[in-house]
Amino acid sequence: MGRYIAKRIVISLATLFVLVTVVFALVRLMPGDPFSSEKITPQIRQNLERYYGFDKPILQQYVIYIGQLAKGDLGYSMKYANATVNDIIAKAFPYSADLGLRALAIAVSVGLTLGIVSALNRKKPIDAVCVVVAMIGTSIPDFIMGYVLQYFFGIRWGLLPIAQYKGFAYTVLPSIGLGFYTLALVSRLMRSSMLEVVQQDYIKTAMAKGASRFRIVWKHMIRNAILPIVTILGPITASVLTGTFVIESIFAIPGMGKFYVTSVQSLDYTLVLGMTVFFGAFLVSANFIVDILYGIIDPRIRVSRR
Amino acid sequence: MEATSETLDRTLFERVGKDRDKMESIERPNLTYWKDAWRRLKANKIATIALCVVGLYVVMSVVGPYMTSYAYTATDAKATDALPSAEHWFGTDMLGRDLWSRVWMGARTSLMIGFVATLLNTIVGGIVGGVAGYYGGKLDMVLMRIVDVLYGIPYIIVAILMMVVMSPGIGSLIIAMVITRWIGMARFVRGEVLRIKENDYVAAARVLGASDATILIRHIAPNLMGLIITNTMMAIPNAIFTEAFLSFIGLGIQPPECSWGLLAREGSQTLSIYPLKLFFPAFFISTTMLALNLLGDGLRDALDPRLRGE
Repeated sequence: MGRYIAKRIVISLATLFVLVTVVFALVRLMPGDPFSSEKITPQIRQNLERYYGFDKPILQQYVIYIGQLAKGDLGYSMKYANATVNDIIAKAFPYSADLGLRALAIAVSVGLTLGIVSALNRKKPIDAVCVVVAMIGTSIPDFIMGYVLQYFFGIRWGLLPIAQYKGFAYTVLPSIGLGFYTLALVSRLMRSSMLEVVQQDYIKTAMAKGASRFRIVWKHMIRNAILPIVTILGPITASVLTGTFVIESIFAIPGMGKFYVTSVQSLDYTLVLGMTVFFGAFLVSANFIVDILYGIIDPRIRVSRR
Repeated sequence: MEATSETLDRTLFERVGKDRDKMESIERPNLTYWKDAWRRLKANKIATIALCVVGLYVVMSVVGPYMTSYAYTATDAKATDALPSAEHWFGTDMLGRDLWSRVWMGARTSLMIGFVATLLNTIVGGIVGGVAGYYGGKLDMVLMRIVDVLYGIPYIIVAILMMVVMSPGIGSLIIAMVITRWIGMARFVRGEVLRIKENDYVAAARVLGASDATILIRHIAPNLMGLIITNTMMAIPNAIFTEAFLSFIGLGIQPPECSWGLLAREGSQTLSIYPLKLFFPAFFISTTMLALNLLGDGLRDALDPRLRGE
């Protein structure tokens, strides 16, 4: 296990390093620069470039950036006056985290329940309903889901607020819109995983031993069937995270996704870089935790991966 | 129990005897793997309907824009934001462009990006994964470490940045998707090749002196094809979704060209007044994804040899 963890750490750090380098290069390759949209004299432009260190050779800029990054300093934003990237992230991230956690909680709890109920009632009407819901859910992109919810619940029926993020009622539509796809995915996967487990010999053994139905379902089926779900937690986190990009702009939530898209469009170099590094670090650590978690939950993996 | 041995008359039976010519012949028509898969796919009603829907959309993306006299870029200041009518079957957008022809031109873009990007991913990923899995050793280790590192990078972020660097369009969307998405296929193919190359028939081919290329193409690839096709099929909705997502946030296809994602973006701006403008692209994106998902499920079942004969 120790060697496995060490290997994962090395891979994660390498991933982050490659990500920072690639993004640094991509950002500098973008046509135009952060000041090209502003009306400034050449003198002011020169001063600005010196202030942000753009007058130095690109490699030196890169080394400086890596050095600052190692200290956790992401630099100043180029569009938001006097705001550091760290400040902006500190202000925006709680919104995204809150939204993402709510969406994940809905997706995982409802998705698992649907999948389990569906598998235990195979070929009954309730199974068909769950399968159809899951099929529809995985076919509707989250931005369309967001607008559909906003249109019917907000505009047509006026039940829930359609913009901003100021209380529980405000969180309902965005978190459902964000979580619905994942919910459907989890329920599909859980259903097929349960159906696979039902055929295993250890279920027959448990039945033969006269274990109660509750015990068989809870201890033998669900505990084994949930393993594949753990493996997709990493990709799920990533998809929820990218989902925030559109859901936040649909519902006017001042979170990371909204800042990210606008900073890319306005070529705010430091903000783009800083947020990408933050996103990347977040995802890489999520994947890392999931990998380790999987090793702990499933003893078979621990042996075979060593 | 009427037909006991006594009531059965001898004349009911006929002596067949032996025919040396016919004894060795195979009476059933020869059914190849692909014919069998096709037969099973056709027997699956849901998959057949899904296939018809996808086929219909593909055909319409070719002929649809020409079914009306309005070009997809032609604006009409007198008929902006029109509702569906005999003139404009899906209505018009805020510049008076006919939505029927725009929706099907959008279908052309979206479907093409979906199919081409996924196909390229499969080719690149298949080659890298196949070579790494087959030759193993140092090459495999190097390739897989690279894949491990790249796999953790959030692809959508890289795709977003690449779209800003390159000038937006179909080509750059495809490039951005291939660069970020081949990794999954490479991992998958490598795993399968590792499994298949241990089979006895591969060993037999090697003993008979077959070259690596022959073994890879004649023995490993055909056994992998079913899984690769299924995986590719499942990846197409993802590619269509990525295109829609990038166009939706304004980094993909740019007007006056159109794609479903861009139409959804345009429709969403006037959602509360003209919800139909969002409805059409949303409907076609969702039904395409649904049909492709169902078709993928059907293909998976049809191509799985373990389910053969069921």
